[in-house]
Amino acid sequence: MKGFLRAFFRNRGALAGLVILALAFLLALSAPLLFPFSPWDMQGAPFMSPGEMGFLLGSDSLGRDVAAGIAYGAPVSLIIGAVSTAVALVIGVSLGAFAGYAGGAVDDAMMRFTEFFQTIPSFVLAIVLVAIFKPSLASIVIAIAVVSWPPVARVARAEFLSLRNREFVQAAEVLGRSRLVIIFREILPNALSPIIVLASLMVASAILLESALSFLGLGDPNRMSWGFMIGAGRSVIRMAWWMSVFPGLAIFLTVLALNLVGEGLNDALNPRIAHRRAAT
Amino acid sequence: MSGVRLLRFLAQRLAKIVVLMVAIVIINFLLIHAAPGDPASVMAGQSGTADERYMQQLRQQFGLDKPLPTQLWIYLKHVAVLDLGKSHRLQRPVADLILERLPATLLLTGTAFVLAIATGIASGAMAARRVGTAADSLITTLSLVFYCTPLFWVGLLLVLLFSVTLNWLPSFGMGTVGANLSGMAAVLDVVPYLVLPALTLGLFYMAIYARLTRSSTLEVADLDFVKTARAKGVDEGRIMRRHILRNALLPVITLAGIQVGHLIGGSILVETVFAWPGIGTLAFEALLSRDYEMLLGVFLCTSVLVMLFNLITDLLYLVVDPRVELA
Repeated sequence: MKGFLRAFFRNRGALAGLVILALAFLLALSAPLLFPFSPWDMQGAPFMSPGEMGFLLGSDSLGRDVAAGIAYGAPVSLIIGAVSTAVALVIGVSLGAFAGYAGGAVDDAMMRFTEFFQTIPSFVLAIVLVAIFKPSLASIVIAIAVVSWPPVARVARAEFLSLRNREFVQAAEVLGRSRLVIIFREILPNALSPIIVLASLMVASAILLESALSFLGLGDPNRMSWGFMIGAGRSVIRMAWWMSVFPGLAIFLTVLALNLVGEGLNDALNPRIAHRRAAT
Repeated sequence: MSGVRLLRFLAQRLAKIVVLMVAIVIINFLLIHAAPGDPASVMAGQSGTADERYMQQLRQQFGLDKPLPTQLWIYLKHVAVLDLGKSHRLQRPVADLILERLPATLLLTGTAFVLAIATGIASGAMAARRVGTAADSLITTLSLVFYCTPLFWVGLLLVLLFSVTLNWLPSFGMGTVGANLSGMAAVLDVVPYLVLPALTLGLFYMAIYARLTRSSTLEVADLDFVKTARAKGVDEGRIMRRHILRNALLPVITLAGIQVGHLIGGSILVETVFAWPGIGTLAFEALLSRDYEMLLGVFLCTSVLVMLFNLITDLLYLVVDPRVELA
């Protein structure tokens, strides 16, 4: 653990990512303190440029505070990113673990299934899912999870395939442990590090995906979100650039931070598979 | 490679495409039925304005009073003859609308793809050759930045810079409105409209290909046969082109094939930003008016496109790597 921490903190990029991420969390937690009003309410004249009338980052076409919108959008992005990744991990790890442990026909069938989900255009499927089940936090989380589990399943399967014939697994089998215990208590802990790295990168792409969905008008209608703000500013970009530039900057910084942390984790946990990162 | 084996390979792949298509049609069918509300009203768009006679017609056409398996069979038969239903908003068959818009999307994604592959591989190889220098850090940093930026936001920033501020390029559409050109003049008219959308869509993928080419080149450059070539006195440029890149490109092609689906999904965002008249804008308009039959049609059509592109990538693999066996 100590060696891991030292390796992680030696990486300046990862450290910067961690700082940005901490700031995003702070912003998300303190939104109601910094802006004690609803981000949907009019706070002054519309189309004020940054700095005018007390609007730090300007106001939008309805006189709403852009800075407040960004602050209230932070928890939405972070929660959707984290929860959808968690759901995708549960689906992907269970499928991949069983496929890799069982091998043979089960493995074949499950990998066909995974391949099918990798072939269909994921963003289009996410749009269709959210549109048909009506935009809400739950439908967005599910849609993102449904399109992002296949890489997890592949990584988990590869790890399980290589670990299942090792002596400690054979020992557990001889001792008569049940399959579930062997999979989750014996093998999984040894297969975790590539999955952890993948998870941090998946949170980043989930946030990008959420912003794209809400940009198209598929965000939860009751929550302010960064993608929605950019979508709203799109048609008036000639007169109010700040409406779309600042929320986009927020997305960019958050996603960048998560990627830097992911790379740091990767280098610290398993330098051996550093090259695999680009492919997922 | 023998012609018979190539034919068998193509036949196998086409059979696989048909199986996948049926799977997608079944997903579409299940989605219509899983959606809250009566399937007929889902297909009619739930806009509240759908008249009772139209709903009645839909119910009869799709046998919505019959058991589910029968309904699925009827639905499959409709799709098999390319009857993807009717867009309730435009009152026209979905298949016609998609075919009409397809060329624009293919032009946009094709241009973006070629741009991304060419610049991505070139900059990745350059970074690997000058590893550790300022050029390398610049390329690595830029590709990280583009990798982390939302596509649609890049599009808006480019519009802000090149259309609003500099006034160099048009920011929306696909050709001068009402110009009524023909032949070469019509083709040239599209070019300035294509630049910003293709650049927006291409930058993200360029970043991915550059990162992958760089790491894969560095890996291959360490292998023994490269040392042998160097020991024989082959010059560096030739080693890079003939020995290293040819091997380093294999994972890039694999990834490019996998990501075509991504690229086509991304074109929905880019087309929306630039009002590019392809199937992406069609999907966005369908979203706004809850035109679900249209949306499901776009889903099926983009999936087929991805499979065809995957087939092309597999064939490309044969050209780049003669060791690959047809499976």
